Amino acid sequence: MNPGLRRWVFLAGAAGLVAFYLWGLTGLPGFGDYPGPYGFIINRIAVAQTRATGVVSAVNFDYRGIDTLGEEFILLAAAAGVSVVLRRLRGERERSAVDEAADRDVPSTSSAVRMLALLFAGPVVVVGWWLASHAQTSPSGGFQGGVILATAFILVYLSGEFLVFERFSPVALTEVVEAAGAAGFAAIGVSAVARGLPYLYNFLPLGSTPGAVSSSGTIVLISFFVGLEVAAAFILIVGELLEQTLLIRQRGG
Amino acid sequence: MSAAVSTPYTVPVALMDVLQVTVLVLVAVGATAVVLIRAHVRQVLALSVYGVLLAVLFLVFQAPDVTLSELTVGSVALPLVLLLTLAKIRKREE
Repeated sequence: MNPGLRRWVFLAGAAGLVAFYLWGLTGLPGFGDYPGPYGFIINRIAVAQTRATGVVSAVNFDYRGIDTLGEEFILLAAAAGVSVVLRRLRGERERSAVDEAADRDVPSTSSAVRMLALLFAGPVVVVGWWLASHAQTSPSGGFQGGVILATAFILVYLSGEFLVFERFSPVALTEVVEAAGAAGFAAIGVSAVARGLPYLYNFLPLGSTPGAVSSSGTIVLISFFVGLEVAAAFILIVGELLEQTLLIRQRGG
Repeated sequence: MSAAVSTPYTVPVALMDVLQVTVLVLVAVGATAVVLIRAHVRQVLALSVYGVLLAVLFLVFQAPDVTLSELTVGSVALPLVLLLTLAKIRKREE
């Protein structure tokens, strides 16, 4: 196909795409227009039904809990996949965990970065736990809390070095925490079944005050387990990548 | 749309519109910048800034829970993973 003909084929295709795209745009609902009934129904009944004022969490961990369970296992599988792909292969060796480069001096981390990382590590842990444990009261939840918790460990790496990161989050322990988080979520669902209720049915006492930390039954518990799972999964993934980048070399390299 | 509820945090509608349009434009500019920057490390840093912009976008469009996720995943976790990968590839090429 010569360049001229190819250009015509492209132009015809692009014109068709633009035409269909514009046609599609004219059929869009107005900005902020919400047609479906479910949002309105949830808005009306969620707080009374679950005693959770964080209605997004009520949807995530209760009304469509099975969906969230699936998402959580996607993350579990992803972390496991990263661990498998980034393992030490035959023909690779692991060198000592000291920063070095063959051809130049590695600049040491500046004291400003170390200081800031140290300063923020503690507060970040608090914020992470707060978010993971307050899904029922305000917009937050296990996922948000978990990822923020995991960044605290990244700060530990920044303020020290890989050895310190490893000491704070030993792989064996992190894997156990991740598994416990995922299993905890699934187990809450199963214990509802054991009582003759539907899977993931909110069977715990809901409390009487909407928006109290102790209210909302299984929502708060599921959020806690999701927080554990997500934090551990992120720490595992970052740890594997750090190990791969810093320690693992081709043999003889 | 649900009926307007007035709280101490209620912002005038016109102001909210300006804010939303501004953030949308910023996100469009940020996304274009990420595509146009070719130097890898700079591209990753631009992506990190773009993550913050997206987080602000979600906040302005009333999804604070998504903001919290995007803030850490988009501006910290994803750039970190990319930077580590770049470092690994660079070491192999040496």
